[in-house]
Amino acid sequence: MPDATALYQVVTLVINGVEISARSDQTIMQAAEENEIEIPGLCHLTGLKDIGACRLCVVEVKGAPRLVPSCVTRVAEGMEIFTHSERVVNYRRTILEMLYAERNHVCSVCVSNGHCDLQALALKCGLEYVHLPYMTPRLKIDASHDRFVYDPNRCVLCTRCVRVCDEIEGAHTWDVMGRGIEARVVTDLGQPWGESETCTGCGKCVHVCPTGALFEKGKSVAEMEKRRQFLPYLTVMREVKR
Amino acid sequence: MNLDELQKMAEQEREVKEGQPQKIRVCMGTGCVASFSDRVLQALNEKCKEMGLERDVLRLEVGCLGLCSNGPLVKVDKHNTLYQHVTPEDVPTILESLKEGPGEGDICPTDLPFFTRQQKIVLENSGVINPDQIEEYIAADGYLALLTAVSQMSPTEVIAEITHSGLRGRGGAGYPTGLKWNTVAKAPSEKKYVICNGDEGDPGAFMDRSVMEDDPHRVLEGMAIAAYAVGADQGYIYVRAEYPRAIKRLKTAINRAERLGLLGKNIGGTPFSFHVEVRVGAGAFVCGEETALIASIEGHRGQPRPRPPYPAQSGLWGFPTLINNVETFANVPSIIRRGAAWFAGIGTEKSKGTKVFCLTGAVAHTGLIEVPMGITLREIVFDIGGGIPNGRKFKAVQTGGPSGGCIPEQFLDMPVDYDSLKSVGSIMGSGGMIVIDDSSCMVDVAKYFMEFCMSESCGKCIPCRVGTAQMYHLLQQITAGEATMTELALLEELCEMVRDTSLCGLGQSAPNPVISTLRFFREEYLAHIQERRCPAGVCPITATEGVLSHA
Repeated sequence: MPDATALYQVVTLVINGVEISARSDQTIMQAAEENEIEIPGLCHLTGLKDIGACRLCVVEVKGAPRLVPSCVTRVAEGMEIFTHSERVVNYRRTILEMLYAERNHVCSVCVSNGHCDLQALALKCGLEYVHLPYMTPRLKIDASHDRFVYDPNRCVLCTRCVRVCDEIEGAHTWDVMGRGIEARVVTDLGQPWGESETCTGCGKCVHVCPTGALFEKGKSVAEMEKRRQFLPYLTVMREVKR
Repeated sequence: MNLDELQKMAEQEREVKEGQPQKIRVCMGTGCVASFSDRVLQALNEKCKEMGLERDVLRLEVGCLGLCSNGPLVKVDKHNTLYQHVTPEDVPTILESLKEGPGEGDICPTDLPFFTRQQKIVLENSGVINPDQIEEYIAADGYLALLTAVSQMSPTEVIAEITHSGLRGRGGAGYPTGLKWNTVAKAPSEKKYVICNGDEGDPGAFMDRSVMEDDPHRVLEGMAIAAYAVGADQGYIYVRAEYPRAIKRLKTAINRAERLGLLGKNIGGTPFSFHVEVRVGAGAFVCGEETALIASIEGHRGQPRPRPPYPAQSGLWGFPTLINNVETFANVPSIIRRGAAWFAGIGTEKSKGTKVFCLTGAVAHTGLIEVPMGITLREIVFDIGGGIPNGRKFKAVQTGGPSGGCIPEQFLDMPVDYDSLKSVGSIMGSGGMIVIDDSSCMVDVAKYFMEFCMSESCGKCIPCRVGTAQMYHLLQQITAGEATMTELALLEELCEMVRDTSLCGLGQSAPNPVISTLRFFREEYLAHIQERRCPAGVCPITATEGVLSHA
């Protein structure tokens, strides 16, 4: 007898002309990854809840009225997906351009040069120049913490730090303040990081940060490598416990 | 209170009204209060006391009388006379006219097309009843639909009635209301919620505000009927904090209705219970987006999340949630009371019923109007609105606020319904209608709406957060005469990209005002860029020769 209580079914779908099978509880991004199709993403990090915010992972689905974010859209039977159509590839490049134009991402002087997700994405997506006007804001750096520094000039507002602090560490030190182009991630209610009463100093935020916005003190140009092994480990361990 | 008791009470109330003395209605809508109708009321009260007329003349505080441009408005029932631009000094004249009939004073003719061309369903009690008196609402057949529904109809029958009426969501997108109710009703869950979206934020729009202020019970009744239909027992009305009068009146209304057993536990003596709470928004436009609104009620930052799952499956605290706009709920009691066929007989094939608009901008008569769907824009602007004042020429109508577009003269004879407006690149929206004459620059109009979207973007997704700011700066360059065709091409590229990739409706529709003005008024953009000239003479062109030659 088949198990009628199963929470998912097996579905077949087509990604970029290739027929694949997947579980109905998987996202398009997961199904694609399993089949060695890489969809770029920035706010997505395996182990954290997906929010569909960066829009880099949008894909075309045949028959859908608009582009869908692949990190939060579940696969369905008969779906026909195009992950690298000319339209979405161009849009991805523009989104990256927008990030470069929004804050001050100068790789040559950045602690994360060579180990930066944004930089890697730009290379992968073929971003050769930025044709949007730079906004060059002058944002204050928070170096009040003993061991870490927060440089909002390099922040892309992916909120990985917010989520890891809330979901994994349980401290919820980080959150977003302000709206639109004025939005910033802040510690506690905008207090200096070093004075935060909720921060446990675990450093998880620093290591999930895709850019050099969060880094360890004492690191110079290109020296800040992020270590994220803890995240899949903790995720698996917690699932086992449950 | 059961159905018989309600009808008895309504009957009594109407009898009392018949026997009442002279009635003077003073408009206490926001527009009139802003031009000091509260002082008129105060003067009226004092004068009546002075003349010993306190018992003979009943002074009623009513909701919006409609013609906001001519406020403060005072209506005398006896001769059906509407006084306009009333000041406290006019009070003796008005009281005098009670004896001798209307003569003196600034009288507004009530046979103006502004009044005669309207058809009122949602606003039928606006300007007629005192919103704080539940008895007056009951006398106007209030809560009859709710008690009929809960005692004589099954939830399925209620949903069928709404479906057959053809009612579509009045928040802007026009999603069929019956279908939405049905989806929530079928969602498997013990707990469900009903939310009323009163976070009206479009510039120049005050429809929902008026409905909530003038006839709060109508909204509550609509919500309660919806709750019965979908199986919810808890509701929230989300009202923005900028509407203190609406908040106060809704709270009073909830209190009164609960005391009469028309809301709360065991409504009308049946097992159906429905509790309503008012939630006050903190002034973010994006909270009008349903998922952001839900996040805000939950106490989180007001940010949208990707859909699906839709609130009908997973809404407030993860439970199936029905979320409709104020005006949608306000239509419901009339549909249940008068039948789906009656409602479906009004309007066009695909858009049924009426729509409330806020007619503002360059028209002679601005104010709150309710018209049947399918009326033409020309009728609204030139008949109801009385045309363009000051000898100016009509240029466009802006509908749908920052998510909508500008409709030029060639479409004036188009019927106003969801689908026609969409076909010309605008939307019905929640009902803001801004008339633009030839003294306005369309690039400047587009820039205004883009600035609005930029400052109201929540910042969660990149295309909306950065895209609106980039587009605003490009529009700034164009209006300053500093732009070249390269900037225009970039603007068009960004419009498309932001529309296609943004997370929620705010970003997806933010480029609309630019797209629609580029479609119909491209020559104005070109004049700014190629001739460094603003045809309407609005934009200060500051570019230097250097900038031009550099281009």
